[in-house]
Amino acid sequence: MSSPIVKLVAQRIALGLLLLLAVSVLIFAGTQILPGDVAQSILGQSATPEALANLRAELGLNDPAWVRYFKWLGGVLTGDLGTALSSGQDIATSIRGRLWNTLFLAFAAAVVAVPLAILLGLLAVRYRNGPVDKIISGLALASTSLPEFFIGYLLVFFFAVKLQWFPGISTVYDGMPFLDRLKAIALPATALTLVVLAHMMRMTRAAILNVMQSAYIETAELKGLSPFDVIRKHAFPNAIAPIVNVVMLNLAFLIVGVVVVEVIFVYPGMGQYLVDHVAKRDVPVVQAVGLIFAAVYIGLNIVADIAAIIANPRLRHPK
Amino acid sequence: MLDIRRIPIGALIGLILTTLFLLTAIFAPLLAPYGLGEIVGDVWEPMSAKFWLGTDNLGRDLLSRMIYGARVTIFIAVLATALSFSLGAILGFTAAVVGGWFDTLMSRFVDLLMAIPTLIFGLVVLSVLPSTILTLILVMGILDSTRVYRLSRAVAVDINVMDFVEAAKLRGEGRGWIIFREILPNALSPLVSELGLRFIYAVLFLSALSFLGLGVQPPQADWGGMVKENKDGIVFGIPAALIPAAAIAALAISVNLVADWVLNRTTDLKGGRGNG
Amino acid sequence: MAERNPAERDDNLLDIRNLRIEAKVYPPGEEPKTITLVHDVSLTLKRGKVLGLIGESGAGKSTIGLSTMAYGRGGVRITGGEVVINGRDILKQGKRGVRALRGREVCYVAQSAAAAFNPAHRLMDQVVEAAIGHGTASRAEAEKRAVALFKKLSLPDPENIGNRYPHQVSGGQLQRVMTAMALCSQPDLIVFDEPTTALDVTTQIDVLAAIKDAIHDTGVAALYITHDLAVVAQVSDEIMVLRHGRLVEWGGTRQIIKEPRQEYTNALVSVHEIEHREQNPAGTPVLSVKDVTAAYGRSHVKVLKNVSVDIYPGQTLAVVGESGSGKSTLARAITGLLPPEQGSITFAGRTLSNALAQRSKADLRELQMIYQMADVAMNPRQTVGTIIGRPLEFYFGMRGRERDKRVAELLEKIEMGKGFVDRYPAELSGGQKQRVCIARALAAKPRMIICDEVTSALDPLVAHGILKLLLELQAEEQVAYLFITHDLATVKSIADSIAVMYRGEVVRYGPKSKVLAPPFDDYTDLLLRSVPEMEIGWLEKAISGRRMASAGN
Repeated sequence: MSSPIVKLVAQRIALGLLLLLAVSVLIFAGTQILPGDVAQSILGQSATPEALANLRAELGLNDPAWVRYFKWLGGVLTGDLGTALSSGQDIATSIRGRLWNTLFLAFAAAVVAVPLAILLGLLAVRYRNGPVDKIISGLALASTSLPEFFIGYLLVFFFAVKLQWFPGISTVYDGMPFLDRLKAIALPATALTLVVLAHMMRMTRAAILNVMQSAYIETAELKGLSPFDVIRKHAFPNAIAPIVNVVMLNLAFLIVGVVVVEVIFVYPGMGQYLVDHVAKRDVPVVQAVGLIFAAVYIGLNIVADIAAIIANPRLRHPK
Repeated sequence: MLDIRRIPIGALIGLILTTLFLLTAIFAPLLAPYGLGEIVGDVWEPMSAKFWLGTDNLGRDLLSRMIYGARVTIFIAVLATALSFSLGAILGFTAAVVGGWFDTLMSRFVDLLMAIPTLIFGLVVLSVLPSTILTLILVMGILDSTRVYRLSRAVAVDINVMDFVEAAKLRGEGRGWIIFREILPNALSPLVSELGLRFIYAVLFLSALSFLGLGVQPPQADWGGMVKENKDGIVFGIPAALIPAAAIAALAISVNLVADWVLNRTTDLKGGRGNG
Repeated sequence: MAERNPAERDDNLLDIRNLRIEAKVYPPGEEPKTITLVHDVSLTLKRGKVLGLIGESGAGKSTIGLSTMAYGRGGVRITGGEVVINGRDILKQGKRGVRALRGREVCYVAQSAAAAFNPAHRLMDQVVEAAIGHGTASRAEAEKRAVALFKKLSLPDPENIGNRYPHQVSGGQLQRVMTAMALCSQPDLIVFDEPTTALDVTTQIDVLAAIKDAIHDTGVAALYITHDLAVVAQVSDEIMVLRHGRLVEWGGTRQIIKEPRQEYTNALVSVHEIEHREQNPAGTPVLSVKDVTAAYGRSHVKVLKNVSVDIYPGQTLAVVGESGSGKSTLARAITGLLPPEQGSITFAGRTLSNALAQRSKADLRELQMIYQMADVAMNPRQTVGTIIGRPLEFYFGMRGRERDKRVAELLEKIEMGKGFVDRYPAELSGGQKQRVCIARALAAKPRMIICDEVTSALDPLVAHGILKLLLELQAEEQVAYLFITHDLATVKSIADSIAVMYRGEVVRYGPKSKVLAPPFDDYTDLLLRSVPEMEIGWLEKAISGRRMASAGN
């Protein structure tokens, strides 16, 4: 590894951290755009002036916005996410178990979706313009149009209600045996997989096709290499970066899908926690969870970019 | 130039279905057999000659609600798309042609907005804003305009460096001629196809918000909200929630088919040998 | 070399009989249809001989070349005939048999080596890959062979250049490495597909000489594909002229270039001959560039250094140079697209503002420009009528019938009929597109037109037509040309004065007869010697007489 790569990777990470900081400002500002007053909107129009004043003081609303921002940011950096308005519980404590649940669900979906999508993408390229390719493209088109809850409730309707193979509500608890836990998340994980699969497949197909149409692939074919060697030695090294990119982007989609899927299956994760507290207008919780989602999303994008930097021979072997 | 026999079958189906959905939305009060909030039967009655799609969780006619729901869903999605499109396209074109600090500032701000998943940021903002249809349109329109901005800026930047635009600049043409006569006609086809995709996205976004209970509020109802109302029936084997969900999928697929066709036609115009 | 039956030794290595090649095309807005690219072409090639395939774009020469490896690009299919190599018809060999042939008996050298090398692997691994893959050499043997070839092809640092990656090596060197890659398998036949077309003219001559030596020393047979007759005359024993996928003429190199029998071949041979008598500078210059220095952005690298040239009314100044010489930058400085840092530009007695935005409408009108790529120089959504009519509206306020009449006159001038008014650029041929661009420039009634490589993207015969048209129009309209080009042959035929540019400076400037007469400075000498001439033996003479190594090394 030579120094320009290290420099570029360091730059990309620094840029990501800067972006995360800017995002925290944006999320904070996003919760301040209400024309009225947070305290008023929490308590409603009928609140007494004393109650309002108390809540304002409790929320620190008498400070200017930037002071409140830095207080909040300082808390976040030291692991203190504040307390939920609706329940008075410490947010960091409530989140811990849920974050783990959500990561477990997303990971399970990714483990199935990523290899499957790459395999199907390769198949589509191998039988390009044939029936397999057409079917795959058609499914991809359809699935980008399907709302998550349509896929989710179809699964519930057939596999939980009609066939009764899996539970329609994914209850998990601490100390649950691993296999039971897997069975509980079978349907939500399947739903999530289906949500990202087609898109990832389509993008993988495009990435590989792009490589396969390069002139150096023709050179390899004209050397008399077998199709397997052409792909292994000449297409694959150049396709890694675009494929990693595709995977990371789709994992980012997966995060968004998680929110709706968790609500469908009443799964105790971050998504459901967020939605519940948006409805309760519990601003500190929404800020904290929003920031965590954004951080994961930015992190995945950084990984994708770093993979592209490392895989680029021009950067690995500068002139 | 457009010959109906030459439209591929998929795009034709898409066109017909899209038109049907639009007509349903426009003429909803004439088509619906019952009123929107009218309780006409038992809870979750099955499909019958009286209630074609059965009844919902409160005993209201599902077909009538679907027809009114089409109106709300399409109305909000159309307005949000119109907003995102005009905002994104105007700013994107301007940034590409003007360049300089305006371009840098706009592009960095859009990067920032796009660093947060749209649904997540939408939820953050909706946690403090009142749940009205106007808020929904504004939030959806503004958040989605970032994508339109990126596309139109990229397209316009590409065209802006072409020799024919340089030729027009050397002729002494003004900025108006360059944007509207040289760049816009060449940027139109990719943008039209993007319009379809943005509309689908708006429908799906709105449905997701309503499904989560944060979009259209009762007594108004859109399709996503109707999924939410009837979702508890699923566990009892009552598929009422699947009907509005399927309608959303059908609308999105139809528009997608049309958009895909428009996009393919655009690439075809470049001609050449081999298409795959 | 692959084993062969001694009885076959004197037979033909390659025997193509009635080859027919078809392709499926997808014309815009129409049903896909099948077109024939090659119509029943036959040819033979003896061991160790070189056959040049020559023709304009669409002649089917590359398609025929790739057919010797049973390969068709994209939707191209070989639908008829036989391709016999080493006594067997490779079209009947099946996939396995074809793979055994490719990279062992027949190898390929592509036009763009930069794209043809895999960016992810070192050069050496790619050079020896075919030889090792076919089991004709061990890795050590193959690498030894490769280093010897690098030496033979006069690559710098032949021992270590194989450790580099493609992007670490210049274009001219990469092209030679690709030749080494083809030779490394010790094949019977190599297909060279325009191997020097993408290179600068002074680099081309080196690569050409290296290829010729390597062919000669190894005794390999070759198909040499190019559109440049002068190039192919240097390396071939025989030349085959193709047009629209059909054979036009096939003969010995001397016969083709000295005594062509077909009219089309004759046109190709005499393509550079245009009647034009040099005019002497007279009166006040229409454009005068004085000490202009320019750089892109805030860079300290000056792309133009103290450039001074004059152009006289009704005359042509040719600016010649290779890529990176600053010749196109000079055009950008004159048009105001790149405001110069220092120096002044006087046009028709007025000092031109540096920046485009401050120039008057008259300045803009009287100074027009024609581009290299005519297809991107015209808005694809405007008809020919709009494209030519717009300057009339914009500068002269012409409307309606008056404008249409003038558009028709201009179309007449560029030798295109009225029928073209409603056509879109996509519906025109390459030459027609460039003509429309000329008409658009003429519509403004300019004093001067900047022509930026206007013929480089065109086939030689079409380019010839455009040059003739430009000269005719100059005589009629008394318009001056600033003619930017890398092609000295063009310059010799149309210029009145010449400026030679090298690394941002004008190294030689004056009337054509003086610039092209000795004594020369080193760079002009190199440039002049590098332009291929239609002479057998020119290459050796040129290489031995050079005083300066080419810029590509």
